[in-house]
Amino acid sequence: MAELEAVIGLEIHVQLSTRTKMFCGCELSFGDQPNVHTCPVCLAHPGVLPAPNEEAIRYALQIAVALECEVAPRSIFHRKNYFYPDNPKAYQISQYDIPLATGGRLDDIRIHRVHLEEDAAKMIHVGESGRIHGSGASLVDFNRGGTPLVEIVTEPDLRSAAEASEWARLLRTTVRQLGVSDVNMEEGSLRCDANVSVRPAGSEELGVKTELKNMNSFRFLERGIEAELARQQELIGAGAAVVQETLHFDPRGVTLTSLRSKEEAHDYRYFPEPDLVPLAPTEQMLHEARGSLPELPAARIERYREEMGLPPEAAAQLAADPEAAVYFERAAGAAAGVEPRVVANWVTGELAAALRQEGGEAGATGSKVEPEALAALVVMVQEKRISHGSGKTVLAALVAEGGEPGAIVEREGLAQISDSGELEAIVATAVDANPEAAAQIRAGNGRAIGAIVGAVMRETKGRADGAEVNRLIRDRLGV
Amino acid sequence: MSGLLELTVAEAAGRIAAGEIAAGEYFDAWRAAAAGDELNAYLWRAEDGVEGTGGPLAGIPVAVKDIFCTEGVPTTAGSRILAGYAPPYTSTAVRRLGEAGARVLGKTNMDEFAMGSSSENSAFGPVLNPWDRGRVPGGSSGGSAAAVGGGLAPCAIGTDTGGSIRQPASLCGIVGLKPTYGAISRYGMIAFASSLDQCGALTRDVTDAALLLAALQGRDPCDSTSVGIEGGVEAPSREDLKGLRFAVPGELARDAIDSGVRAVFEATLETIERLGGAITEAPLPHAEHGISAYYVIAPAEASSNLARYDGVRYGMRAEGAGDLTEMYEKTRAEGFGAEVKRRIMLGTYVLSSGYYDAYYGRAQRVRTKIASDFAAAFAEFDFVVTPTSPSVAFGLGEKTDDPLAMYMSDFFTVPMSLAGLPAISIPAGLAEPDGGGPRLPVGFQIVAPAFAEQRLLEAAFALEREIGFDAKPGEGAGG
Ligand SMILES: [Zn+2]
Repeated sequence: MAELEAVIGLEIHVQLSTRTKMFCGCELSFGDQPNVHTCPVCLAHPGVLPAPNEEAIRYALQIAVALECEVAPRSIFHRKNYFYPDNPKAYQISQYDIPLATGGRLDDIRIHRVHLEEDAAKMIHVGESGRIHGSGASLVDFNRGGTPLVEIVTEPDLRSAAEASEWARLLRTTVRQLGVSDVNMEEGSLRCDANVSVRPAGSEELGVKTELKNMNSFRFLERGIEAELARQQELIGAGAAVVQETLHFDPRGVTLTSLRSKEEAHDYRYFPEPDLVPLAPTEQMLHEARGSLPELPAARIERYREEMGLPPEAAAQLAADPEAAVYFERAAGAAAGVEPRVVANWVTGELAAALRQEGGEAGATGSKVEPEALAALVVMVQEKRISHGSGKTVLAALVAEGGEPGAIVEREGLAQISDSGELEAIVATAVDANPEAAAQIRAGNGRAIGAIVGAVMRETKGRADGAEVNRLIRDRLGV
Repeated sequence: MSGLLELTVAEAAGRIAAGEIAAGEYFDAWRAAAAGDELNAYLWRAEDGVEGTGGPLAGIPVAVKDIFCTEGVPTTAGSRILAGYAPPYTSTAVRRLGEAGARVLGKTNMDEFAMGSSSENSAFGPVLNPWDRGRVPGGSSGGSAAAVGGGLAPCAIGTDTGGSIRQPASLCGIVGLKPTYGAISRYGMIAFASSLDQCGALTRDVTDAALLLAALQGRDPCDSTSVGIEGGVEAPSREDLKGLRFAVPGELARDAIDSGVRAVFEATLETIERLGGAITEAPLPHAEHGISAYYVIAPAEASSNLARYDGVRYGMRAEGAGDLTEMYEKTRAEGFGAEVKRRIMLGTYVLSSGYYDAYYGRAQRVRTKIASDFAAAFAEFDFVVTPTSPSVAFGLGEKTDDPLAMYMSDFFTVPMSLAGLPAISIPAGLAEPDGGGPRLPVGFQIVAPAFAEQRLLEAAFALEREIGFDAKPGEGAGG
């Protein structure tokens, strides 16, 4: 049998972090008392009409532009009709045949479309099953109902579960950087469905696909797709056919449950929403969307490497995390006379290690170490005012308590011994106290110097510059 | 006291402004008149008098079709499914009237969700025609028309989707004005067919219609499709029709019209010529397909608009349902009347996948052609004129078993709704019904280009003055 190739497309819903809902003035919220952020419009009282949120349109345009899409001159809102208590109008206002934007790309993955719609309310099913069937009662919380959503649909360009999850992370970083969404999968502000199929490697035809839902973390996204790919490969291997269906991912047992098959698919009776005029972004709006684009990860990596001289790995690591990137740039800007490469090493190396040691969840931005404080510390080390070892000690203190590195150096007495006479005297004492080591050095065993350096460092409590100590010992022994 | 009821709204407003009548006194006189409702015109009447109001309509009582949401006041749209529902907010139209000083005199009976041409489809019993209580007042704004025609209100507002203001105004011997789609906000007006519904006035004369329109019109941020009338609306004063060109659509005029109606129509054309207007037969080749297109588009939108009445959040919920689907089914089966169910079925069908293009798509194309027919006519003519209704008021129960015959009552009014144009019906005379009987009012319809309300009102004013219609129900009924 021919090798099978995975064909994966993603459908991603991003909740926009606007102040108010998509079509009414209710504030967005997360975790508030149920049904406090409601009004006649989002409860679908008789006679109400939707009034589009301009901020949401701006945010959606920013996403479309960031994904290099072509924005439609006049996109149309449609009604998607279905009965369910989380959908109070019994139709969702979405976009259908003419979406906000089409034909973009992020990295090497093509974007099929980007459109605006509104979120459903939240259902809570009382009872053991946690689903509407078999529950004693169902409650509806309309706080979430009407939250602006942007749906992003990729072309089926992803070829493995790992690639899909990696790409989804890049998308999250990109959207987060735009500042238009919290893009938090656990809280549901980023939701990811996957369309999965397999086909003989090299084939151009698409196999029968299944749609995977409920993967609320990148790890589950990857596991869900892996499980589904394995299931499809097994089916085909056994000579059976894949059936088009929607599958619900249960992370507990890494199992997939069929929700509904195509036969009972909804007829949503889409038709143009007569309560809304077409969405026609002005040249001004598009100009603003383009102008408001922050530097996106790919461009940032390029700049870090080309202009700031960072090694590729550090550049990629910093650019992938917008917060870390901002932190790094603030620190690099404050560290006068120090190469950005050195500051990057401190951020991704010593600082990251110190934060891990401290056990905190927060990254550099959330820590007590101000980027300016880190910069001051790096400058001190670079100017040999303190040793590298003392630098680490000061960093540990900064991580624990914050503050100014200069004050910590003073308090802990870590300033480098700059009086060469004082250091020479300490070196002389150390050489005299270690005659065996001295003899070995003289005999040509360079490694023996470690014992004498160690003695000097103990005596100076690490305040001496290692290279300088080395030089003084060798001078004294005449090697 | 009875003298107060003889005044037109403009006269009463003038006297109230001059301090000759107290607003409270005027309002109370009308409350007393409304209390004598024997036509089943009202579903709710104001319990309190008014005080402390100012503005151009200070103290003017307005009968409001029960399709407009009024905070805390029952609003049913003539449907059992909204029995007992008191909205948490007020429609923009009623709010604007209130801001001009007017007050709600009562909520008027209507065909359920405005679906009907006789006001017999109300869950709360039929409305009777003030000229002959054995006949219908027309519909769907039959309660508003009967209230004004029967001396139970000085003026009223209603909604017109395919003729629901103009046709009952015609059948009750009063003025009915349907403004351009977008002239008045639809916010808070319970939706039947969103792309057609428009609020308008039912009054004793053209000046009063202008007065109400001036208060009602305007852009509303709550209704994206509202634009208002540029330059506002003023009381009309034109006395002749010199230099104005009136088109009579041959296709429409040749069709089945009662002989009495035809006679009044032709006499009115002569009146126009006497006033200096020119009459020409002009083609509106697609207008005769208006009814077919209308009965696809309106039910399609209605099927979606009425899906929110599901028993979950407000209004009626059927008892004894075992699960969610059964609750939906029982509530809607018990809550909606036969005509509403018929149109929901029709609308659901025409939007179904596989049928959309054949019905909804095609109907929209017909609609576009009708709009271009009017555009072509208005390139040559100032107005298009037709009879408002092919017959005078018909008997209660006469057409209830023949929906198609009922639908044809709107033959002359539907094309303008499809094209979104402003149109007014003014009483032009009395005519015997085909088959004999006491003479009944006949309406004359004038149609103008979009947002040319002022020109429309000026022409209607001049014509109204020359016609001098002053029959009253009691006298008319006597022959
Ligand atoms: Zn709301």
